[in-house]
Amino acid sequence: MAIVRLRDASMRFDTRVLFEHLDLDVAPGEFLAVLGPNGSGKTTLLRVLLGLTRLSSGDVEIDGRAPRRGSHDVGYVPQQRAFDRDLPIRGRDLVRFGLDGHRLGLPFGTTRSRALVDDAIGSVGAERYADAPVGLLSGGEQQRLRIAQALIGDPKVLLCDEPLLSLDFSHQQAVSALIDARRRDSGTAVVFVTHEINPILAYVDRVLYLVGGRWAVGTPDEVLTSAGLSDLYGTEIDVLNLRGRIIVVGSDDAAPTEPGGHHHHHHDHHHHDQHHRKDRR
Amino acid sequence: MTGAVLYLSQPFAQHALIAGALVAVSCGLIGPFVVTRGMAFAVHGTSELAFTGAAAGLLVDNNPIGGALIGALVVASVIGALGVRERERDAAIGVILAFGLGVGVLLLGYYHGFATAATNILFGNIFGVSNDQLLALVAIGAGVVVVMAVVYRPLLFASVDADVATARGVPVRGLGLVFLLVLALTVTAAAQVVGTLLVLSLAITPAAAAQRWSPNPLTVTCLSIVFALVAADGGILASLASTTVKPSVFVTSISFGIYLVSRVVGPRVARRVRPLVADMPDTDMPDTDMVAGA
Repeated sequence: MAIVRLRDASMRFDTRVLFEHLDLDVAPGEFLAVLGPNGSGKTTLLRVLLGLTRLSSGDVEIDGRAPRRGSHDVGYVPQQRAFDRDLPIRGRDLVRFGLDGHRLGLPFGTTRSRALVDDAIGSVGAERYADAPVGLLSGGEQQRLRIAQALIGDPKVLLCDEPLLSLDFSHQQAVSALIDARRRDSGTAVVFVTHEINPILAYVDRVLYLVGGRWAVGTPDEVLTSAGLSDLYGTEIDVLNLRGRIIVVGSDDAAPTEPGGHHHHHHDHHHHDQHHRKDRR
Repeated sequence: MTGAVLYLSQPFAQHALIAGALVAVSCGLIGPFVVTRGMAFAVHGTSELAFTGAAAGLLVDNNPIGGALIGALVVASVIGALGVRERERDAAIGVILAFGLGVGVLLLGYYHGFATAATNILFGNIFGVSNDQLLALVAIGAGVVVVMAVVYRPLLFASVDADVATARGVPVRGLGLVFLLVLALTVTAAAQVVGTLLVLSLAITPAAAAQRWSPNPLTVTCLSIVFALVAADGGILASLASTTVKPSVFVTSISFGIYLVSRVVGPRVARRVRPLVADMPDTDMPDTDMVAGA
């Protein structure tokens, strides 16, 4: 029984087609990477699964039901972003939002909620900085808390939207490993939107590749080939496999690039700087 | 100080202190959200246009509070309708504020009643609070407290992290509009104590000071209320004692003083309660070894 199920799913904005006739099943515990150039519909697909956007046509189900906003079947991990240093929110408050942030009332904790939050924090190894203001945490620390926040409701599927963006390599590795461990231990399906496959290549079961209205699904070996991507892009693409890393050449910003690609490099660099500054204090 | 004690048996002083306390609780409660949502300028804009409304109310019906309330609500609605993004919003507020103030000055030009009525709008006249006005302030204060207690948690979520809150099913936009209306009510009430020009001293300063002491949102909210109470009623008492200086002066001074002390002392206390993250080794590192072989 698939957790995520798309049948003949199509998404169009005016005349632009993001994807058409998409059939996809994601099984419990499966790790699916969603790849493709900017604007190819990766994030829109996540929004469909979150129940924030409706398909233009076709069917989508999560655990047998139509996606519903705020459903506890779904956990959501966004991109890392900077928080104001003075923001009066601790790591544990961020995690707690995943449990009851949507409920009305004052955020007084109960014994149960505190225990659940502590468990979630422990499961991502964030005990040491859980009581610090989120604005002072590194990108990697923040993303661990984000994962704890997404997993505290014990979702059946974890939707990740570029969660590794602007993290340096070691943090990318750590955060990816954490997500992988979770889906192995708890059978949580993972739908992982990224423009950069390499940090998660070791964990990915299948890839959904979206390009200009067309798509391909399969294992990384099946989809990420020169012939396959050339066909998908409709232009000459070379896929190089270099010491277990995949490098896509020939489509400017369109294809997933190495961390050496200029966009990413800038982010990494910035993050490093921040980190060093903090360590010196 | 004996002067202040004598005054305490007088209804006007009691009214002032009660009104001050009500306003302080409302302001202290919304303050942390104003700071977190980056809405200081929206507060200022709303209060300036409450001035325009008050001037209109004064002219039409000799009822500045009613006018201020309508003005603030109209502006809050316009802000809500216009600007979703912070930068757009601030530009929109600047545009409306400039025009609204001009209209307010024009309206006051037509007003030929007591000259002090105009300055009271700008700088507050807490000692002139009538029974009816006090009841209105009680109603506004109670309304603000109830609404904020109901929406506190989702509003905090939406303020901190709108994207994830949306994904979790929080009605982010709706809550933003509710907050704008609460803001308009609070600003109108606060304007009675410190005047439309000085509303920020109760709506922002106590919250900004409170943030210096703790990263716990509930603690910050409680401190913000306490600081606002000390500033508002402390200012009123000091004014009673001095007999000549308006409460606004003391309210803003005390509020600012608390902020200065908080900036200097607060972080030290916060650090003693829990060690700063920056002092800890990077806990992400051990896991990378595990992954490297994969």
